[in-house]
Amino acid sequence: MTELSLHILDLVRNALEAGASRVEIVVDEDAATDTLRLEVKDNGRGMSQEEIDRVLDPFYTTRKTRHVGLGLPLLQEACQRCEGELSIRSRPGRGTTVQALFKRSHIDRAPLGDMPSVLLTILFSEKPVDWLYVHRIDGREFRLDTAEVRKETAEVPLTHPRVRQWLLEYLRKGEQDLGSTDIPLRAIA
Amino acid sequence: MTKLKSIEELKKIREEARKDLLTRVQTGTRIIIGMGTCGIAAGARDTMQAVLRELQAKNIEAHVETVGCVGMCAKEPLIDIEQAGKSRVRYGNVTADKVPRLIEEHLVRGRVVQEWAISRMEAQKT
Repeated sequence: MTELSLHILDLVRNALEAGASRVEIVVDEDAATDTLRLEVKDNGRGMSQEEIDRVLDPFYTTRKTRHVGLGLPLLQEACQRCEGELSIRSRPGRGTTVQALFKRSHIDRAPLGDMPSVLLTILFSEKPVDWLYVHRIDGREFRLDTAEVRKETAEVPLTHPRVRQWLLEYLRKGEQDLGSTDIPLRAIA
Repeated sequence: MTKLKSIEELKKIREEARKDLLTRVQTGTRIIIGMGTCGIAAGARDTMQAVLRELQAKNIEAHVETVGCVGMCAKEPLIDIEQAGKSRVRYGNVTADKVPRLIEEHLVRGRVVQEWAISRMEAQKT
């Protein structure tokens, strides 16, 4: 994956496959500890300890369409390459939390990338889902919860072109005001 | 932009969009984009953004949704186009740069782009 945001999209897809209706996405960057932490927490069906133990095996998947599950092993490899680690907490019926830790300044760490377009993509999932997005940089914070936005838009869906445009602009402005400069190289070119 | 101002803007958008909802015609067109690990790695997010841009630019009404892996990973990004009463056509390796032609040919001119199509599923009889 060329951007960390794409790993986040992949984690959210896993959450949806597990029946989640809400996901909480946290990106926490801290210059003092030189860390970048991604966390995706869902309210899906959760996993047993046996499933957690097997989920990092690329040849294990609950899916029937293909017999490999590469998303989590790829993320684990990306963390380890950057002096970080991947951890998974889950209990049956209690959802799953995946946390990926990176050394922020590591030369091999992929850029966070285009989070606003990832967050919009999630809204087009075949199953309805709400997300809470929190991005912290050195203690400053930007957050948006689609459940709150939905209260304002009422019967107008979040995927309506006008609402979508508002969301995209709000997210881009929020990231910009936060001072997020962690953009992919292709966006600069 | 303060949060309060943005919420006020959102309320205004809601009122405008409500009127729009009444006039929007249900076209029966669905565009389904594979968003499994394989699709994401192959560029499906950018493909989807390109689809949304093209639909908006051409003022085409369609229901867009993402799904997980369908097992044809080598052909990602995959796009299925389904129109009422017509066969559902699956296109493979649809990178973002191919989207303008796909939308123009399939949805505007009503012609299947044969060289990108990888399968066709007959329309369900109701």
